[in-house]
Amino acid sequence: MNERNRITGTTRRQFLAAGVGVASILAVRPASATPEAMAAAIRQIVGGATVRPGKVKLDIPPLVENGNTVSLTVSVASPMTPDNHVTSIHVFNEKNPQPNVASFHLGPRAGRASVSTRIRLADSQTVIAIARMNDGSLWSDKIDVIVTLAACVEELI
Amino acid sequence: MAAALINVPKRAKRGDVIEIKTLMSHIMETGFRHSTTGEPIPRDIITNFVCSYNGVEIFRADLYPAIAANPFITFFTVATESGKIEFKWTGDNGYSETASAAIAVE
Amino acid sequence: MNGAAITRALSAGALAISFTIIAASAAEMAPGERKSGYDFMTRDTQGMQDDDTVNPGMLWVLDGEALWNRKAGTAGKACADCHVDARTSMKGVAARYPAFDAARGRPLNLEQRVNLCRSERQQASVFRYESRELLALTAFIGRQSRGAVVEPPSDERLKPFIAAGREMFMQRQGQLNLSCANCHDDNWSKKLAGAVIPQAHPTGYPLYRLEWQGLGSLQRRLRNCLVGMRANAYDFGAPEYVDLELYLMTRARGMPVETPAVRP
Repeated sequence: MNERNRITGTTRRQFLAAGVGVASILAVRPASATPEAMAAAIRQIVGGATVRPGKVKLDIPPLVENGNTVSLTVSVASPMTPDNHVTSIHVFNEKNPQPNVASFHLGPRAGRASVSTRIRLADSQTVIAIARMNDGSLWSDKIDVIVTLAACVEELI
Repeated sequence: MAAALINVPKRAKRGDVIEIKTLMSHIMETGFRHSTTGEPIPRDIITNFVCSYNGVEIFRADLYPAIAANPFITFFTVATESGKIEFKWTGDNGYSETASAAIAVE
Repeated sequence: MNGAAITRALSAGALAISFTIIAASAAEMAPGERKSGYDFMTRDTQGMQDDDTVNPGMLWVLDGEALWNRKAGTAGKACADCHVDARTSMKGVAARYPAFDAARGRPLNLEQRVNLCRSERQQASVFRYESRELLALTAFIGRQSRGAVVEPPSDERLKPFIAAGREMFMQRQGQLNLSCANCHDDNWSKKLAGAVIPQAHPTGYPLYRLEWQGLGSLQRRLRNCLVGMRANAYDFGAPEYVDLELYLMTRARGMPVETPAVRP
């Protein structure tokens, strides 16, 4: 196994490692979250409560140029008053190694229920945003994102 | 070196909804990658971000490895009074950085 | 290229990039046809470059400004002690690099120029290629030329180096037997997997690549191209790269500097 490969001068271990290196650069990994793992992560946040579609708007560019940096905005239709406001916004994905992306905690002082960030998406997949209101109700939006992969190999720096 | 790029309006009218933009230098190493020699690269991410307005927390975020390197977070708040808006990022390996910006509210 | 790099390239070859280049001639493009990589990006990525408050490259510019003013080396001098305010002293400088250095008898790029100042003027250790410090300083210096047009020096002594750079650009190499020109002169605007092939104008370096999730120099980009072609990549700082940089800058003459640019 550890004999050096005559052609490349590397050991088998290095060869395998190099393969993994490429896979991780292209952000394609066999061990990814699944729709079930995402459902489990969502259950951890919402418990048994019903999540209804509506009120939430999840924005991601329809065609992503690079999955390493993807702009994301979540806005929720809410007057953001002490009586009626968003308390948290949660973002999940189904194919990254882990289903959680971020949770944002806000309140009536926000004035506007809208947050933006940049995320990583390992592959084309569904992304879900869920908002919790101060009355305990839960609302969501989801979006299917197409991620194009880089063509050229890169060396690790 | 750990630069943070903070954008807060210098002045605002009382009651205005203002946008706050933050960019923080951080590698956000996921913990799911391997080095060229096959060793797993340990996770090193910012896990928490908090914004306080004159000492009162107004926004908080829990971050996971799916957040891109050099975390960018923008959100809104109501300009209530003049003072200081403070930011704190904490994470793996005892990481902790702060920044602040002044705002004048008329 | 070391063994690991070769195997990496080989295993990546198995990803079967469909790539058919028919054009054998390498026709140089007319000035009117020239487009920055910026023009091929989505509006979202363009927005990331245009707005300093959301451009992640500005994190390095901020660091570079701090370094500019920090005393270093046994001479105890900061860049600012000689060059004072970079906003005036460095304006347009990055648009004129690489430039000829009489003492060395060959062109130097901006990174080498910064490191010369480090070793000779500040008597400090040089910065490693792709180190946070060197990227930060070159980004800060480059930022002072944003909007200025690329204007390589009209220096007779540079001519043989420009010619050497052009030859490298046109020459087929590597296991895929490709030249730079095959992609960037003959097939720009076409797609290589999901990515658009740009014209290879180095107007925004050092730049923030979403792929890298960080800032990188032109030489990092050139090395990536060579590895992609399954060709031998030179070491960082090799004179071959500087010649190629110089040719690329003459090829981009008159285009505006975008540093720190953002690219996918």
